[in-house]
Amino acid sequence: MQESRLLLPDAGSLDHSDFIEQAHVTRRGSEASSRGLPLIIRGLRKSFGDNEVLRGIDLHIAAGQFVAIVGRSGCGKSTLLRLIAGLETIDAGTISFGEEARREDVRVMFQEPRLLPWARVLSNVEVGLGRDRASPDAQARAEKALTEVGLADKRGQWPAVLSGGQKQRVALARALVSEPRVLAFDEPLGALDALTRISMQRLLERVWHDQAFTAILVTHDVSEAVALADRVLIIEDGRIAHYVNVDIPRPRRRGSADLAALEGSILRELLQSADDISDL
Amino acid sequence: MSLIDSLPRARSLRLPQADGLVQWIVPLAIVLIWQAACVTGFVSARVLPAPSDVALVGWKLLLSGELARNIWVSFWRAIVGFVIGGGIGFAFGLANGLSQLSNKLTDTTLQMVRNIPHLALIPLVILWFGIDESAKLFLVALGVFFPIYLNTLHGIRTVDPQLIEMGRIYGMSDGELFRRVIFPGALPSIFVGVRFALGIMWLTLIVAETIAASSGLGYMAMQAREFMLIDVVVLSILIYALLGKLADSAARILERLTLSWHPAFQKH
Repeated sequence: MQESRLLLPDAGSLDHSDFIEQAHVTRRGSEASSRGLPLIIRGLRKSFGDNEVLRGIDLHIAAGQFVAIVGRSGCGKSTLLRLIAGLETIDAGTISFGEEARREDVRVMFQEPRLLPWARVLSNVEVGLGRDRASPDAQARAEKALTEVGLADKRGQWPAVLSGGQKQRVALARALVSEPRVLAFDEPLGALDALTRISMQRLLERVWHDQAFTAILVTHDVSEAVALADRVLIIEDGRIAHYVNVDIPRPRRRGSADLAALEGSILRELLQSADDISDL
Repeated sequence: MSLIDSLPRARSLRLPQADGLVQWIVPLAIVLIWQAACVTGFVSARVLPAPSDVALVGWKLLLSGELARNIWVSFWRAIVGFVIGGGIGFAFGLANGLSQLSNKLTDTTLQMVRNIPHLALIPLVILWFGIDESAKLFLVALGVFFPIYLNTLHGIRTVDPQLIEMGRIYGMSDGELFRRVIFPGALPSIFVGVRFALGIMWLTLIVAETIAASSGLGYMAMQAREFMLIDVVVLSILIYALLGKLADSAARILERLTLSWHPAFQKH
């Protein structure tokens, strides 16, 4: 896995989004070893009322790995992510990060940017520092995170004037500013248009590579999952139904035959289980 | 991207100079037509004095100091009543918006009291306080209380729960969450309450001063009625209109200053 990470996307493959390329050049020299935390989940169960959403999840994610979780809507994938992020209480089972994780070590990014409309872009990023907000280098760190997502020039803007993709990049900067060791994404690109989504995928892949955190991506977009992840988990009826390792070296070319083949087989898997339940 | 960015700007295109003047065209036209109707004898001066006569009597009262004194008295009552009633309404709105216990304890009672027209209390208020200052302040405060209470409560209740969750995820303390998320989120609604309350403030004051007072604009109007000084009556009414407009403008300016982040208040 580390080997495949060393295969950096070269400048030529990033022609769609020059902001990524620019920021990339400045960071390429520093090769970070994995700072990520491993994630160990055992026997995880969660119910809402009578509805058992997760029925015993066992999962081990290695430090620094990029894991995508796919499944049909209502399969429990978002609940799993919210449990990992500590947003819901656990009914049974354990979630551990190998060592004592600080609050700032685990960050989550949602489908909605959730920016404070009454705070300028830079203060929105500073929110991500958590308890370090008051430290003297808070502003410098927020500016660095904004530069990382290519929005340094928008620091003084109100969120209302940004486009959907820009807002999501500010939300990403806010999640990154505390240098998390686990970053959970809940359909972060679901509300974006197709082109913005592709450049955001590249951005996610680059920050994951540069900052070497453990990434967990919940998505309904199978092509996104195979493009980004080292491993794809398919959740059905509150259980992990399949693991698929994505052994395709990075940078991955969108639309390449091997990605498409993998995507096809995962989609077939998902559709098959849908056919079992309802006659489409 | 630049094309998309330019769209909201196009929508807010206005005539910058004319904007401030346009709103005064209709009031000015009304005054002119009114003057013309009086001068030509179409309207009898006993029914409605000409604007010029009203201006004249206004000038006389201004010189005698009577006008300024009465305006000041009314203005002071309005402000003090507003601050007391608005302050209490805001406090209850905060308490009931933030605490379930407080809400259960007081909201039903407040909703019952709300359905009593506060002006119906005038006879009772006169019995309690006589016709001195506290009677007017009580009525204004009571009238102002409810719009501010209801809108503060509504504002806090409708703050985006996703933003509150975000604040908690990023480790905001309760105080920080209130200061950075809940209060700014409730502010647009609170301002709606303030503007409602300003209207009720003047209405209450006029009625209270007309019925039970020994100074103030309403008293001036009632005195003038006793002596058949119709120009002074009309003058008082016009001054109320101007003061009402002034209060509303002040609220708007405050709104613009504090809600500059809001898309509706952004100037390009």
